[in-house]
Amino acid sequence: MALGSLLIFGIAGRAFSIEGVDIAAIFATALATQWALSAIFAVRFEAKSALITVLSLTLLLRANTAYPLMAAAFIAISSKFLLRANGKHIFNPANIGIVAVTLFSGAAWTTPGQWGTAIWLAAIIAGAGFFVTYRVSRLDTPLIFLGTFATLIVARALWLGDPLSIPMLRLQNGALILFAFFMISDPKTTPDGLAARALFAAATALLSYVFIYHFYRADGIFYALALACIARPLIERFDSARAYRWSDPPRLNPIKKPAAAPAE
Amino acid sequence: MKRSLKKTMIAAASAIAAITAAGGAVAFCGFYVAKADTKLFNKASKVAIMRDGERTVITMSNDYQGKLKEFALVVPVPVVLEEGQIHVTDNAIIDHLDAYTSPRLVEYFDEDPCEQRVYEMAAKAAPSAAGAAMDRRRGDDAFGVTVEAEYTVGEYDIQILSAKESGGLAGWLKQNGYKLPDGAESTLGSYIKQGTKFFVAKINLEEQAKTGLHYLRPLQIAFESPKFMLPIRLGTVNADGKQELFVFALTRNGRVETTNYRTVKLPTGMNVPTYVKDEFGDFYKSMFAEQVQRESENAVFLEYAWDMNWCDPCAADPMSSDELRELGVYWTDGGDSIKPMPRRPIPSGGSQDVFVTRLHVSYDAAHFPEDLMFKTTGERENFQGRYVLRHPYKGDAKCEAATEYRAGLPKRYEQEAQTLATLTGWDIDDIRVKMKEDGQSFPPPKKDKWWENLWGKSNKSNSRG
Repeated sequence: MALGSLLIFGIAGRAFSIEGVDIAAIFATALATQWALSAIFAVRFEAKSALITVLSLTLLLRANTAYPLMAAAFIAISSKFLLRANGKHIFNPANIGIVAVTLFSGAAWTTPGQWGTAIWLAAIIAGAGFFVTYRVSRLDTPLIFLGTFATLIVARALWLGDPLSIPMLRLQNGALILFAFFMISDPKTTPDGLAARALFAAATALLSYVFIYHFYRADGIFYALALACIARPLIERFDSARAYRWSDPPRLNPIKKPAAAPAE
Repeated sequence: MKRSLKKTMIAAASAIAAITAAGGAVAFCGFYVAKADTKLFNKASKVAIMRDGERTVITMSNDYQGKLKEFALVVPVPVVLEEGQIHVTDNAIIDHLDAYTSPRLVEYFDEDPCEQRVYEMAAKAAPSAAGAAMDRRRGDDAFGVTVEAEYTVGEYDIQILSAKESGGLAGWLKQNGYKLPDGAESTLGSYIKQGTKFFVAKINLEEQAKTGLHYLRPLQIAFESPKFMLPIRLGTVNADGKQELFVFALTRNGRVETTNYRTVKLPTGMNVPTYVKDEFGDFYKSMFAEQVQRESENAVFLEYAWDMNWCDPCAADPMSSDELRELGVYWTDGGDSIKPMPRRPIPSGGSQDVFVTRLHVSYDAAHFPEDLMFKTTGERENFQGRYVLRHPYKGDAKCEAATEYRAGLPKRYEQEAQTLATLTGWDIDDIRVKMKEDGQSFPPPKKDKWWENLWGKSNKSNSRG
């Protein structure tokens, strides 16, 4: 928890032009929503996942006033309680918050270019730290996502005859790294089986690629993840069927953790 | 006192002046303080981009100095352009936009410290200076390339090309006398595979003579494309050193930023020594170069972001509706220019509804391998590159506050010197010497004797604590 707070303020402090008021607004809205809905749904109040949502929103979303940011925080947290299937959240909270306010209001936007390589490093370190202390088992998600995405854009560069410095530049994008380690990695909105998770991460990467290079949406990663989340129940069905027949000996029980997970 | 200085802003017109000042003080005047040479940056291009949805109008301005016969331009464009989508405009408009958005120097005069008032004074900016040394290549006749269209617009002969493969296009261009640098072929190939067309322009000497002008006018193209970008890669191929690019983006929504490079705000609002007034051009240039280095040479700099209804202080008058329309802002009514009220803040939602972003890039292939990809954000926060001169009070003032004020000056000067050194990378000792020549000397004018503090002074009080 202390680590979480440290990360939040350490990294947010380096973010591009976000005001303390905005951070406070996101923070307060997210925690208040979490608290109120926990009470209504009679579940234990758990701040940790709300804090990770706050972190993602703080780092990735910008607006002229605090209201769209608060709306995003509210949508993010309430989606966890209201939009569920098979006992799991349908959408990644921060992601649906971002998609909702950028797609439907235009009052908020993401800043995909605002991160230098220093932030990139920091995010990797933070992400690694996050996984070590939090849930080592899900480190595969960001790695598969990044690996697939890297393969696609390197292949594109080779096909176009572009220098490899172009895909390298794209891969150093801080928003991409943050997305990979702090958003798509969320254990509550990724499939539980490794194969399904790999498919989920790879599909998100492919969709991201299509959004970015064919529809010229610089923030395509967020839309890609939202779509992948909608398709996730399908992927999970496919996974359990396969897992029965083909699962490796060491993974007899594909880590099905009960809702006790601190994530939500 | 510093607070009140900061809070107050000034507006200065080239002719008129209307001013607000803090503390009920009366302010005055408005004149040119600094004017940087418009040839500050060599090999510079100025590009204005109107972007609204997918509608795009690009205005390319250049200060080509060579033989007109040898001028040639190759611009990758997303679609085949009809004649009506190509236009030639006047340099004055881009120059005006440049002047309106350029970093500015503001001047404040300290009041008599014995009277708690502050006068202020506005100043004027340094136009950036730019013009394009875009791709200079020249052509002649066909090869294995489709000439989709050919027009003569103004003094330009224009061809729109499409090609199936880079070898063919490179061959065509070479055959036509374009000096293709090594490495251009693969870049062309990349564009071709992305379905790009090529806009090729040369000078029609006959038409050029008719204009009676000694310079080339900016070319404009209007098209619709989901891609919001500026192709810079061809320009980096024949790189002998870095090129300077100024982008003036005009949108309805708000600030424009790059998505594949970091957009960094130019340092602003600093107090600098008063002698900078005489070398503002050098100051701006050095500061920019220093900031480029500090950002590892791969950042795009934000120099101005403003709602075009007003400015404060104004480096130049705001653009008229006619001028904006000429640059592609199709939603202004043009016609009679509704002269916006320049000198004071008008709440947003004014008559123009245009937000301008000025970006400044110093690029080469090593640090900017990919074309500039842009994004319009909803950000409407105003930003300007603005530097402050604070003139000390030079009159007679005999009171306790004046003693304190004077005692504080050396410290303030030293701070200004250090700020300037940090911003520009200039040698601090040189700065100190120049400041001294300008009357901003460091050692306190009169240093107290150390023993005076022991037992107090007979005729002068010193309230330093």
